[in-house]
Amino acid sequence: MTKKEIFLTAAFKENSIWRQILGICSALAVTNLMMNSLIMGLGVIFSLALANFSISIIRFWTPRSVRMMVQTLIIAAYVIIVDIFLKANMPEISKQLGPYVGLIITNCILMGRAEAFASQNNPLDSMVDGIGAGVGYTLVLLVISFFRELFGFGSVFGIKVFGAWWTNWSIMVMAPSAFFLLAILIWIINTHYYKVKA
Amino acid sequence: MDISAFVLFWAAIFTSNILLTNFLGMCSYLSVSRELESALGLGTAVIFVLTVTAALNWVVYHYLLVPFGIVYLQFIVFIIVIAAFVQFLELLIERYAPALYYTLGIFLPLITVNCAIFGVSLFMIIRDYNFLQSVAFGAGSGIGWLLAILMLAGIRRKLKEKLVPIGLRGAGISLIITGIMALGFVGFSGIVQIQ
Repeated sequence: MTKKEIFLTAAFKENSIWRQILGICSALAVTNLMMNSLIMGLGVIFSLALANFSISIIRFWTPRSVRMMVQTLIIAAYVIIVDIFLKANMPEISKQLGPYVGLIITNCILMGRAEAFASQNNPLDSMVDGIGAGVGYTLVLLVISFFRELFGFGSVFGIKVFGAWWTNWSIMVMAPSAFFLLAILIWIINTHYYKVKA
Repeated sequence: MDISAFVLFWAAIFTSNILLTNFLGMCSYLSVSRELESALGLGTAVIFVLTVTAALNWVVYHYLLVPFGIVYLQFIVFIIVIAAFVQFLELLIERYAPALYYTLGIFLPLITVNCAIFGVSLFMIIRDYNFLQSVAFGAGSGIGWLLAILMLAGIRRKLKEKLVPIGLRGAGISLIITGIMALGFVGFSGIVQIQ
């Protein structure tokens, strides 16, 4: 496969969220504001790409029995970098994201890509795959947070788009709306997928 | 934080349910909710592991990480503590209670990757709970998670899959059900505020 194919497969065809229903904890939790989603997405792209790269480099020297532990530790190391960077440069957003930055470690997408791709392919391909999966994840987050922020606060990326006449839908800020929006997104994409298949 | 541990325990179950308001532990929640029995088994294991790891991680954080000034390593250390504890528990149950091992044992490896366990440890550090509060929060979160997965498993058993639109089958309809359940739990919010 070429690099472009790897990227597109990871980002869309095998998108972790809507095809495999992985890593939706954070997809639901940080999507109340678009800015939070974007930062979270960038954090995931960074740690996913580099973790995939590192795991792929040492794939011949990792004993099978401790593979999972080694992968988790590598992922954790990169997530710590993201966390420290956010705390130092964007304390406000770091506070809003709270524990969800640390929870990137247990995000099933990272383990999933490490197992399914990085442990069998060369480092560069693995990195492209990581970036692809991360971009796919970020896109889903941005779509959900677009609707939640637009209806919940009347703004996009913190910029007011609706005038004073707009009444905020407080349901959009609360937890249930995240479940509904993700379900609707999966519904639309799956219906399209089955139509193409048939 | 001056909230009594007792209040925190109830708050963790109802007002800020770990799954329905904090979205933690979704992966195993969606995949193990097909049967009531396995949901109950996994939920019980989660309660136990959550309570103990919350206590362990609290001790490790305050007596190991803080004195040595290596708080930035908390993610790695917490993960190792959780994984080690689950592994240890598996060996112990297999050796001394084989009957329990067959009903509960298969769920134990799943727990290491359950983000609710790790999330509770992070929450208790961020919100600066004391030891008793952490244990109460851990136990309450576990019970809240069990409650959520049991409700979903019960509803899914009654659900007629054929009537669900094809694109919505599986994860989609589970998410909608969870959304409605979360809507119900919003009714509890405001009784106590813990965050």
